[in-house]
Amino acid sequence: MSLLNKPPAALALEDGTVYYGYAFGYRGKSVGEVVFNTSMTGYQEILTDPSYNGQIVTMTYPQIGNYGVSVYDMESNRPFARGFIVREFSRVASNHRSNQDLQSFMEQHEIVGIEGIDTRALTRRLRTGGVVKGVIYHGETDDELEAQLVREAREHEDIDGRDMTPEVSTPLPYARPTFQENPRVVIIDFGIKNSIVYKLEQAGAEVIVVPAKTTPAQIMALNPYGLVLSNGPGDPSGPRYAHDTVWQLLGILPTYGICMGHQLLGLAVGGKTYKLKYGHRGANTPVKNVITGEVEMTSQNHNYVVDLDSIPGGQFQATHVNLNDGTLEGMQHTRYPIFSVQYHPEASPGPHDANYLFRRFIEEVNAFEGATALPTMQAVKPG
Amino acid sequence: MPRRDDIKTILIPGSGPIVIGQAAEFDYSGTQACKALRSVGYRVILVNSNPATIMTDPEVADRTYIEPLTPEVLERIIEAERPDALLPTLGGQTALNLAKTLWETGVLERYGVELIGANYDAIQKGEDRQKFQEAMANLGIATPEGRMVSSVDEALEFAQTIGYPAIIRPSYTLGGTGGGIAYDERQFREIVRQGLHDSPVNTVLVEQSVLGWKEYELEVMRDSNDTVVIICSIENFDPMGVHTGDSITVAPAQTISDKEYQRLRNYSIDIIREIGVDTGGSNIQFAVNPANGQVIVIEMNPRVSRSSALASKATGYPIAKVAALLAVGFHLDELPNDITRETKAAFEPAIDYVVTKIPRFAFEKFPGANDTLGTQMHSVGEVMAIGRTFKESLLKAMRSLELDVRAGTGELNLAQLEARLTPQPARLPALLELLRRGKSVQYLWERTRIDPWFLNQLREIVDVEAEIRDLPDPQRWNWETWREIKRIGFSDRDIAQITGIDEKQVRELRRQHHNAPVYKTVDTCAAEFEAYTPYHYSTYEWEDEVRDSDEPKVVILGSGPNRIGQGVEFDYATVHAVWALDEIGYETVMINSNPETVSTDYDTADRLYFEPLTFEDVLNVIEREQPQGVIVQLGGQTPLRLARPLSEAGAPIWGTAAAAIHEAEDRDSFHSLCTRLGIPMPKGGVASRPEEAQQLANDIGYPVMVRPSYVLGGRAMMVVNSDEELQAYLEQVYAELPDEPTILIDEFVAGATEVDVDALSDGTTTVVAGVMEHIEAAGIHSGDSATIVPPVSLDDSVIARIHDYTERLAQAIGVRGLINVQYVIKDGEVLVIEANPRASRTIPYLSKAIGHPLAKYAALIAAGRTLAQIGFTEPVTPSLYSVKEAVLPFLKFPGVAPALGPEMRSTGESMGIDADPYLAYYKAQLGAGVKLPLQGRVLLTGDDLQPVASLFEEQGYEVVTRGAHEQHAATPGANGQPGPDESDAREATFDLLVDTTVGPLARLAVDAGIPLVTTREAALWTARALAAARSHGLTVRALQDAEVPDQVAQATSSTRK
Repeated sequence: MSLLNKPPAALALEDGTVYYGYAFGYRGKSVGEVVFNTSMTGYQEILTDPSYNGQIVTMTYPQIGNYGVSVYDMESNRPFARGFIVREFSRVASNHRSNQDLQSFMEQHEIVGIEGIDTRALTRRLRTGGVVKGVIYHGETDDELEAQLVREAREHEDIDGRDMTPEVSTPLPYARPTFQENPRVVIIDFGIKNSIVYKLEQAGAEVIVVPAKTTPAQIMALNPYGLVLSNGPGDPSGPRYAHDTVWQLLGILPTYGICMGHQLLGLAVGGKTYKLKYGHRGANTPVKNVITGEVEMTSQNHNYVVDLDSIPGGQFQATHVNLNDGTLEGMQHTRYPIFSVQYHPEASPGPHDANYLFRRFIEEVNAFEGATALPTMQAVKPG
Repeated sequence: MPRRDDIKTILIPGSGPIVIGQAAEFDYSGTQACKALRSVGYRVILVNSNPATIMTDPEVADRTYIEPLTPEVLERIIEAERPDALLPTLGGQTALNLAKTLWETGVLERYGVELIGANYDAIQKGEDRQKFQEAMANLGIATPEGRMVSSVDEALEFAQTIGYPAIIRPSYTLGGTGGGIAYDERQFREIVRQGLHDSPVNTVLVEQSVLGWKEYELEVMRDSNDTVVIICSIENFDPMGVHTGDSITVAPAQTISDKEYQRLRNYSIDIIREIGVDTGGSNIQFAVNPANGQVIVIEMNPRVSRSSALASKATGYPIAKVAALLAVGFHLDELPNDITRETKAAFEPAIDYVVTKIPRFAFEKFPGANDTLGTQMHSVGEVMAIGRTFKESLLKAMRSLELDVRAGTGELNLAQLEARLTPQPARLPALLELLRRGKSVQYLWERTRIDPWFLNQLREIVDVEAEIRDLPDPQRWNWETWREIKRIGFSDRDIAQITGIDEKQVRELRRQHHNAPVYKTVDTCAAEFEAYTPYHYSTYEWEDEVRDSDEPKVVILGSGPNRIGQGVEFDYATVHAVWALDEIGYETVMINSNPETVSTDYDTADRLYFEPLTFEDVLNVIEREQPQGVIVQLGGQTPLRLARPLSEAGAPIWGTAAAAIHEAEDRDSFHSLCTRLGIPMPKGGVASRPEEAQQLANDIGYPVMVRPSYVLGGRAMMVVNSDEELQAYLEQVYAELPDEPTILIDEFVAGATEVDVDALSDGTTTVVAGVMEHIEAAGIHSGDSATIVPPVSLDDSVIARIHDYTERLAQAIGVRGLINVQYVIKDGEVLVIEANPRASRTIPYLSKAIGHPLAKYAALIAAGRTLAQIGFTEPVTPSLYSVKEAVLPFLKFPGVAPALGPEMRSTGESMGIDADPYLAYYKAQLGAGVKLPLQGRVLLTGDDLQPVASLFEEQGYEVVTRGAHEQHAATPGANGQPGPDESDAREATFDLLVDTTVGPLARLAVDAGIPLVTTREAALWTARALAAARSHGLTVRALQDAEVPDQVAQATSSTRK
């Protein structure tokens, strides 16, 4: 294969910018919200993280695909990212864990990629101009076609306000086999990453994963000792039903929210979220635990942030803040064993510094004596 | 916790002279630490015997001691300065060892000095193999299996369990002497037997070999709040088996998945906590089995290191600076990230480019040395290159080496190429050539265990070369073709070589198609936040990030990779130029490719371009920045070489004009210049054929000095005494240098005194800054000779003549800045050998000796200032004597005779300052790590050493003398049994060896760590120095205290050689 004459491709953004590169992955066209991630490892985990549903991911690290793709590194059963933008993708995979190279993986799952892009320039564009929608197109383009691609990007549905959980959540509940007598924890799947399940199990839980639209009664019928609100894609104001579910279960069970789960918790108790200009996506964000004073390196992937001050009645206090921009990274209820973090303690990809949160949650679960023992939640219902 | 208020004064020991394995990177880290600690209000006391450093400039610390790094001297300084704390983690192994000793001997406790950064236990645990393994066992992290054995049988028994290859490390030998890797039982028996013999305690450590495993390093930081961050991961291109300092390395790690990377990260965090490094940086090395991912920790250094300097430059994260601030109590989340300003130092840099480091070696300086790379480090310098892809960064790094790495590989046959697959400096070009000849990645992986990903990248480079060859004539390439080729990383020169057209033409064509590089920023965060630091690298992408400015700019060219003959002293000079030009209002732009340096610190110059110092790369920056001036005369030969082509391309070269530089460097024009000026030179000429050489040598009269033209740094230079010797020399040179160079032949003035002079000229006024007298007689390279300033054996008329000649030469050549002139003096006659219109190696030493920053003045002259404006119009005679001593790397090159000669081989230097010239000499020796014995047994071998013997005897030394002829009897006996003298050396039955014949005994002394003197002049100085040291003892003095009285006391007449 010629390295000087690679098949052409283009990336058209809604603002009219067109970047030229080369086609890789599945041959075709793809539209989505263009975001960037600064992790230097973990492209497979990123591609298969359901939180990227509807998004085209740009990797700022320029060499992607070097160590191939491994069955062990799937964060769900397929990739959810709409497209993949890299500076250079590796034609060979070199690692004992690899079962497949990135090209065939993307072909198999119909993920359209573009390489040869000045990903740094694109990242700077996203940083200064904010997140935009874009189209990856494989093939030669001319002015007319490019204008059409830009239009397609512009006309593509916005992520804001949409409920994407039906696209990512499990259709049916499932239990994970367990060989130990561990307390049962229910996870509501808003687009869960497998690592959350593994980390809970490692910390000592029996896990049941339920669809996003499971009712509080159905959940309680499973006799759980704890509730986990998973991560998920898009705008937390989209799945409105989830706010009610969370509200109704609030104070009944020890509860742990992760990423979108954290945002849903904030919204459920009457708080507000707002959208960041270009989000936090990477594996190096310093977060300070304001209670212990410790600093941890975190894995992040979110566009929306909970505004703690908007939660009525001072029910929640901040536990973690972002050292870079001071945004809220974690909160806990002042009376009940309910806490949540904006970042990804399950990592994958990223540092494992926040694994302690899973252990902490299981401690709460172990200390919990069963749902009937808890008084009804005294929180202020949103207006 | 913020800054500690209970400590006020901090002592920082430096790392001493540059040696292999401990080089300029510690000047960078020490300088950063001094600046950082002073900026938050601490009083900093610095000690280092190496004058060729920025850190020893009087402005860098509050109190600067250019004194030997010995426990005794440190105690004196502690007594005088009463520091509250000692920070031992910034001066390499030297500082760590010193701190350990000062702790063990109770000095620190006695004076109430606290160890900060790393405590004693942490140093112990990191260093002591046994303790380290226990600590790792506590964590459940594997280390190589090993056992200490004291017999061959015991060793064989253990080898059964670990298999071959196996590593053998003798206990307590210097520099790994006697150790090695055994691939089978026969080799194993041999090495173990030798190792047991070499070890003073007759034990060796036999260790499981992880040869061929992938090698990784992580740079870790920890603060007193127990926050731990990983600054950088580094993957070695060369797998386990090659010292990481000698390996090509790449940042970040390329071939491990997130799960594997996080495992290394978790281990690193556990290790830094377990070892107990309270605050600061550590470097942790891992081996990873490529077949199954099994991880073994190899070692950890509880201090900043060569790798941390590389990691700082690779990421933009200033490890040493932050480590220093953490040591005084700051937390990572309290310190700002300088580059983004808004974010904190508590984070892990994300990089969006690939960094490649390639070491540079000097095996050619040590004929007979084995250039196979192994567990002992041999490289003398390194280059780093930044590219958007591995291919681009590798190609940039290859051209940064300033060697024609491809040269000659094309002519080798397959067997010769395959022979180069064992680790050695020539392996990379051999790999590329074998790929060109169709060898597969699989095959090369089997032979080298270099990860297939890297080999495949090489394969792609070779494939593109082939595609380029298949393209039509470059005249017909379109924009896209140029773009793609440049984007992959090929230089104009590479393209010229592949297509067979001229480099200048390639440049023309490329520019006609509007292909120029853009410059990206190293920002620690992959563009997530805005960066304020203009630290740039070139690439062929779409967006350029350089902020334009209207300030007048000056580009200063750095000195590239350190090598023998061009080291840290040139970095010193270029940094001074930056400071000087900054002071007078210029925006300074630095270009350099050496990650070990202060010049490549992002806060040295206003703008930093981390780029190869080639014509193409430098001119690209000049075209981008449009400077008023370009300074080439301070970075040694590397930028000087570019003066002419850059000038021809229209770059505004400041200082001495390119043509003037050429006039001085060209032998013929220099010769006619001297004739015109009536300045005598030794007889000499140029021969292009052997017969001519013979004739010329006879005309001049033996002995003559011979060397091939256009081979720098005294390479292949020799003194020959007869027609036969000349014949042998010519045969060898013609065999080694295929181009059949012309041979320069000069009269060799035997027994003469050699003198180095540095002078400054502004075109009207010339001031001699110093006349440095060599201790060793002429014939030894000036870089390897000890020197003293002011001179002790030259009378006033000679000195006056030297001044006169120097002034006239500078004036006639048209020097605007520095000039270095070398003279020989015999019987009152002064002959000029050569003149170099540029900063010389002696500039930092001389600047410190006379208390004037000469490189700074040179930069000011280049910018148009006059010496009168600068206020430097009269020669300065310092009140104290300053001796410079060279430090030689013979220990690292087994079997090489440790003789001094016309070829430079020293890696570094030390400086000793005292009112007494002999005490200054003694201090310089101590500073160079030579522990001259104050009593004991001295063995003298060689002729005409009676005066030396008498001097030692007067002092009560036991003196054994042997004539030169007796040396032959001292060679090892038959059957490999040691001869009597060999066992003498081994058992250290003498404390000092003077061997002017440089026989086998001299080599044994080197291996046994016994002080060795190889010239008669140095022996006389040594004897007198010891006499002075015995009667006076040592005093220490800070540079800041040095007053400069008008006249120096005349040296005693006995100093005459």
